[in-house]
Amino acid sequence: MASSKDDLERLLKREYVAGFITDIEADTVPPGLDESVIRLISAKKEEPAFLLEWRLAAYRHWLTLREPRWAKVAYPPIDYQAISYYSAPKSRADAPQSLDEVDPKLLETYEKLGIPLHERARLAGVAVDAVFDSVSVATTFKEKLREAGVIFCSFSEAVREHPELVRQYLGSVVPHTDNFYAALNAAVFTDGSFVYVPPGVRCPMELSTYFRINAANTGQFERTLIIADAGSHVSYLEGCTAPMRDENQLHAAVVELVALEDATIKYSTVQNWYPGDEQGRGGIYNFVTKRGDCRGDRSKITWTQVETGSAITWKYPSCILRGAGSVGEFYSVATTNNHQQADTGTKMIHIGPNTRSTIVSKGISARHGQQTYRGLVKVLPSADGARNHTQCDSLLMGDRCGAHTVPYIEVKNPSAQVEHEATTSRIGEDQLFYCRQRGISAEDAVNMIVNGFCKDVFQVLPMEFAVEAQKLLSVSLEGAVG
Amino acid sequence: MLQIDDLQVSVEDRPILKGLSLKVNAGEIHAIMGPNGSGKSTLAAVLAGREGYVHTGGAVHYRGQDLLALAPEARAREGVFLGFQYPVEIPGVNNVYLLKASLNAQRRHRGEPELDAFEFLRLVREQMTFMGIPEEFLRRSVNEGFSGGEKKRNEILQMLILQPRLAILDEIDSGLDIDALKVVSRGIEALRSPDRAMILVTHYQRLLDYVTPDFVHVLAGGRIVRSGGKELARELEAEGYGAVVAGAGA
Repeated sequence: MASSKDDLERLLKREYVAGFITDIEADTVPPGLDESVIRLISAKKEEPAFLLEWRLAAYRHWLTLREPRWAKVAYPPIDYQAISYYSAPKSRADAPQSLDEVDPKLLETYEKLGIPLHERARLAGVAVDAVFDSVSVATTFKEKLREAGVIFCSFSEAVREHPELVRQYLGSVVPHTDNFYAALNAAVFTDGSFVYVPPGVRCPMELSTYFRINAANTGQFERTLIIADAGSHVSYLEGCTAPMRDENQLHAAVVELVALEDATIKYSTVQNWYPGDEQGRGGIYNFVTKRGDCRGDRSKITWTQVETGSAITWKYPSCILRGAGSVGEFYSVATTNNHQQADTGTKMIHIGPNTRSTIVSKGISARHGQQTYRGLVKVLPSADGARNHTQCDSLLMGDRCGAHTVPYIEVKNPSAQVEHEATTSRIGEDQLFYCRQRGISAEDAVNMIVNGFCKDVFQVLPMEFAVEAQKLLSVSLEGAVG
Repeated sequence: MLQIDDLQVSVEDRPILKGLSLKVNAGEIHAIMGPNGSGKSTLAAVLAGREGYVHTGGAVHYRGQDLLALAPEARAREGVFLGFQYPVEIPGVNNVYLLKASLNAQRRHRGEPELDAFEFLRLVREQMTFMGIPEEFLRRSVNEGFSGGEKKRNEILQMLILQPRLAILDEIDSGLDIDALKVVSRGIEALRSPDRAMILVTHYQRLLDYVTPDFVHVLAGGRIVRSGGKELARELEAEGYGAVVAGAGA
């Protein structure tokens, strides 16, 4: 009798489609980290003194820290002296004024990824700040944003053009002492994105950045800072793919969001970094600190993420609900296939009165994938009337994967309402057979069932991202029932 | 249409079907009746291609093809439909979405153009009215939170839209009240056609009060032990399986 397992097994073994390396000369410093490297990075970027001092303070603090070991992930020790901390495309020396001047090889890379910059910008009305390795090489739709008063640029440019904003907000959500990786990032970050939306402005378009790790053996330390001033609104999209390679690559980004009174920030991520091969070799280590501060009353921050890539993910996009009546939301779909490991979740810290948070986490594990949801809901004594609802669902495919749920709930205010629901289910052979009996292929049936499982999250993604996310999910889980 | 010869099937090394033979021609409706554990549902599952059933002997030909060599979706696209005894819930997947994907997969296979959303919805609405299914059905997930009767109606709705060549309905009457039974029966009767064959797997005779079969077979111990016309169902109802099966020497 025909077996769907064989088909699925075959599909599962499909190669990572975004795996290729673009041949561009890179200006890379030798591996190793000490104060001189940090001074070099700062000098190359012509940074003001306060930033260099901040970097050095972070570095000195980092030296006193140890790598966190509490996450449910396993990997060999990382040699931080074997990493090169600076790499910039050569063509950066004479920065392009328009797309015509952009290195054609670079544009080719985007073509391969199916995100032609100009097309996408023109057709979709999306401004793209493309981070290739560590330096921004193209920024579009700047004019339109400038008219609205929105600042959207590379972090380096923000340091040059708006040092007062950078100085005021940098490290105010994720201090340079926050954790091992955040301290490392603060010391050596090379670039990233910066957004400032002035009071009362609704950002006229979705802001989008494509990160891509390219130069071999170069750690990536992006830093993103988004400030939504009083009564403003901004939606930011982050999408990632990476080329195929053998060595593990460390990625330790920091994202800081600040929402002032009545401001709304929506931060959406589709992450598809190289997860390693079938035996678990290679793949990106994604150790990221993402945190939003609902600083003003009635402010709102929403994190939405679709995580299909990376060998190891360590990531907890969080909200500090400081303002009265502020709202934090976290919607997540994470998949772990082959030997991927993910320890991910969120933290909702209720400080202000009548603060509300919602957590919807959908975890999908296949083959040897191991996934942990780790979430903290903390209600401080000051947070009268705080409310949280957590929905945490795991879907298992096959019998060698694992799903683990570790909720931490700390409530120090008797008026708070905290709800936690969790389910774990196996993708049913029954569901699969039902769909196939109606003429739908096993592959399409799996996609359909998984998309149904993730519906609550996909519904809150921006439209163009939702389509991409569904496609990604289907590629990353091909043949995962085995 | 369907020719089953000496079919032998095991589940976890336990023989369930032990030499079952049956011939079904286009235009015919066959009822397969039998006591619990006789292998009725196994037969339905094997014909549709469910995993976990090991084919140990005999053959099944469907329109000249070796049916058991085909994947479940290939059988479906060739026109084999299974009405499930326990229709499956699929959270988050819309009823209409599944049905449209299903119809279009079959149409593609037949080289016909796919229906667009508008044409498809018109077709669904028409059949929903016929089956007495309320409008809100369109917004619900596949079988999620459906009552037993609603699930069975949904099976028949799917069948009406997919228009299979060979429909196998596994205990489609179980769990239905008399009104739902009538609606389901009307759906089955609506599909009776000279080009189509149906196999009704049922434990009770009452479905056959509304759908008149051309042949009735009694399945016991993994074999068909008696075959007859519609009057055989009444005999079973009156005398019980025990007497009929014993009389057949099984």
